[in-house]
Amino acid sequence: MKTVFAKSVPGRTGVLPPKADKTARDMLPQNLLRARRPALPELSELDVVRHYSRLSRLNYGVDANFYPLGSCTMKYNPKFIEAAVNYRGFTDTHPLLAQVDGGEALTQGNLEAIWLTEQLLQEVTGMRAFTMQPMAGAQGELTGILLIAAYHRAKGNKKSKIICPDAAHGTNPATAALAGYEVVNIVSKDGMVDPEALAAVLDDSVAGLMMTCPNTLGLFEQHLPEIVRLLRSVDALLYYDGANFNACMGRLRVGDVGFDVVHLNLHKTMGTPHGGGGPGSGPVGVSERLIPFLPGPRVVKKADGRFGLNHDLPQSIGRVAPFYGNFGVYLKALAYILRCGAEGLSRATDYAVLNANYLLARLRGHLDIPYDRICMHEFVASASKLGEYDVHALDLAKALLDKGYHAPTIYFPLIVKECLMFEPTETESKEMLDAFCDDLIAICERARTDPAGVKAAPVTLPVRRLDETAAARNMILTEVE
Amino acid sequence: MPFIPHTPEDTGAMLKAVGVRHLDELFAAIPDDMRPKSFALPEGLSEYDAAARMHELAHRNAGHVLSFMGAGAYDHIVPAAVDALTARGEFYTAYTPYQPEASQGTLQGIFEYQTAVCRLLDMDAANASVYDGGSAVFEAAMMCVRAAKKRRLVVDECLNPLYRAMLHTLAANVDVVIVTVPHAGGASDMDTLAAAIGGDCAAVIVQNPGFFGVVQDFAPLADKARAAGAKSVMLVNPVLQSVLKTPGESGFDVAVADGQSVGMALSFGGPYLGMMACAKDMVRQMPGRIAGRTKDLDGKTGYVLTLQAREQHIRRAKATSNICSNQALCAMRSVIHLSLLGPEGLIRTAELSMQRARESAEALTKLPGVSMLNDAPYGNEFAVTLPKPARQAVAALLKEKIAPGLPVCRWYKGLENVLLVACTEKTRPAHIRRMAQALSSAL
Repeated sequence: MKTVFAKSVPGRTGVLPPKADKTARDMLPQNLLRARRPALPELSELDVVRHYSRLSRLNYGVDANFYPLGSCTMKYNPKFIEAAVNYRGFTDTHPLLAQVDGGEALTQGNLEAIWLTEQLLQEVTGMRAFTMQPMAGAQGELTGILLIAAYHRAKGNKKSKIICPDAAHGTNPATAALAGYEVVNIVSKDGMVDPEALAAVLDDSVAGLMMTCPNTLGLFEQHLPEIVRLLRSVDALLYYDGANFNACMGRLRVGDVGFDVVHLNLHKTMGTPHGGGGPGSGPVGVSERLIPFLPGPRVVKKADGRFGLNHDLPQSIGRVAPFYGNFGVYLKALAYILRCGAEGLSRATDYAVLNANYLLARLRGHLDIPYDRICMHEFVASASKLGEYDVHALDLAKALLDKGYHAPTIYFPLIVKECLMFEPTETESKEMLDAFCDDLIAICERARTDPAGVKAAPVTLPVRRLDETAAARNMILTEVE
Repeated sequence: MPFIPHTPEDTGAMLKAVGVRHLDELFAAIPDDMRPKSFALPEGLSEYDAAARMHELAHRNAGHVLSFMGAGAYDHIVPAAVDALTARGEFYTAYTPYQPEASQGTLQGIFEYQTAVCRLLDMDAANASVYDGGSAVFEAAMMCVRAAKKRRLVVDECLNPLYRAMLHTLAANVDVVIVTVPHAGGASDMDTLAAAIGGDCAAVIVQNPGFFGVVQDFAPLADKARAAGAKSVMLVNPVLQSVLKTPGESGFDVAVADGQSVGMALSFGGPYLGMMACAKDMVRQMPGRIAGRTKDLDGKTGYVLTLQAREQHIRRAKATSNICSNQALCAMRSVIHLSLLGPEGLIRTAELSMQRARESAEALTKLPGVSMLNDAPYGNEFAVTLPKPARQAVAALLKEKIAPGLPVCRWYKGLENVLLVACTEKTRPAHIRRMAQALSSAL
């Protein structure tokens, strides 16, 4: 499809604000002005509406397609949460209004919404305080590691390393490195963090361990109590990557079992939409000893029941967002939590785990299951059995696209060859899972009889397989004028 | 139960297929002594009641405040079509486009967004966005540290103080030195900035218009940086960029912006949009996702995420950044917004905002004891000195639900009487009269 720029017709206009009496030339000296107008599209409103409506139809999304993308938790995003955050009281408020004298009184609803979201997340996770500032999971990770660093600095600890298990998301080592730490990788044993491997690298220079539980294989970490004990012995802190916390609601509170920092991905756990890559929201919860270091300003409930902002935080790490994070995103999570309540959130976890185990049971025998046991909300399979037909995880993924499903996550975690990671989520029905399994099993059978047919996929989508090597070599990143 | 479709029969059949009798058995891996000590959340509400609770919170805000607050977040018109198009489930319920054949809508959208950003800022390449203006400044600084292989960052005090605070926080554990060059009467001090660019300088980071609204020519500073082997970063306002000299024309290596003003509501601070663009030789230092054009097996044009060897899911600890999710739907909003307005609409937005700012300045400086902080050229925002502390004046006007601007003293000591006033195309002459009148009686 032509780009919106290629469709541009000089002189055509769309949505125009009123014209000023003065031009920029009347108001500013020539040397401060740009030489020519920016070459933005010149189109009618309908041109633009039609272009982006058509473009949207080239996408798969949860609204139209089953999307079992492991670790990404593509559950249904309830429609009412969109409506519930678009009230003008929320959308029209300037963020700094709450920070001027007399402004708190005009923003009580927003401040209460932030405070309430923090309270609810504390109860869900068992942490003692939350900051809503981080704007995505990865920024939550960075915030968490900066909090750990601030804790050690305040105690006078000399720490230089963060440990990351080999099954960790790539963001964990990237975050630790961005925060100035040396990253120590430890090898998993039987799909779990191995306490012996951990003990072997553990010394006084270790600031903390970043852990995902259930891990990216979809397994609950069996040695968690031992890991907590080991880290405590060298005053290292335990970071919980909440990417998989949707497997835990009502079943495990990370604060209860010794974690010091947790980030949640609200777009995964709490039903907020992912938007094709964001905006997300990555609030961070902490244990008692990290509270003084939280970013500010912090929302407080005053003795008179009113809400305000506390800027007086002498030990705070500062700020990781200009204001209060992705307010419009976590409002949706608040609406979702209010709707679900304790029972609804627990059920979301229980049925996410049931759906994953059902999918696993149906696919057993058709794909290799390297860690074949009861899983949590997701599991990994391997396409290595099909290697003799030269059919790979990538081919299965593309063949699934042809059937109208989004593919599972492939080639992650890195510790499983030909990895396919399935996460069905709780919002999918048994019929959908059955249809998906029937189609995937048929694709596996076809891989043996007609491998070329599978490798040709996709053939029903707007484009066939794309040349990624040429894209990186040619670097066409914009439409040339 | 909300959002879970299972009938009791479904659940029974599925448990049987799994080989367990009860849901609890699926959680046997969690030891009993690790079970939650509490899970005392409120009972779930119906859809209607949950929405009513949210509505009640929204209404506890004052609403309809006549506001002249800017400081990086501006109340511009957002055409209705922006909401209508980005509300399409095909856009907002998709994930990051990891399967390009099933994500051409998102990928072409990113490509078009990158194009719009590059044309607006006159740069060669843009990424698919970072979180906001402040994280864009931080990521730009890190790009320059890597590219220049030096560690000192020279930062103009006219760079948004909130973004400077973020830079200090986010770079706290990184081996860099941040040197802040004080402003001169609310404008960038070009001589001192130039003098601070020495041999060990990785980058000079400036903002145009500056935090106080002043528009300056930074081209000589970029020349000076290049001559010293340093990189240069400019933070801009995307609306005003339709008329102002661009970072590209000024010779900057990296251009960043908060894209809130092109398609996003104020929304109490987020979600906004971190725009990032750079010169060709810096592309491989850029963080985050980048879409590129290519061909499929049949030679048909398509789009993919490209240069992924920079990113965390491939490079892990050696990645250019840890960023993963960005503000994709906000980027989509902004390219739709810019397409609807076109060059004419965006220029009109800028010019009317600037004209209203001049009308406001004229009205305010007629009040006794009120004067402009300086006589430098400005865009849609300007600073005035009041005859009394700006905090007091603002507090008095807020009682009438008028926010005449932002007192800057929280971030600039010694400027207790300075008020930062912003206008947009939504500001009407009657608003200006009302604000000036109210301020007059508060002074």
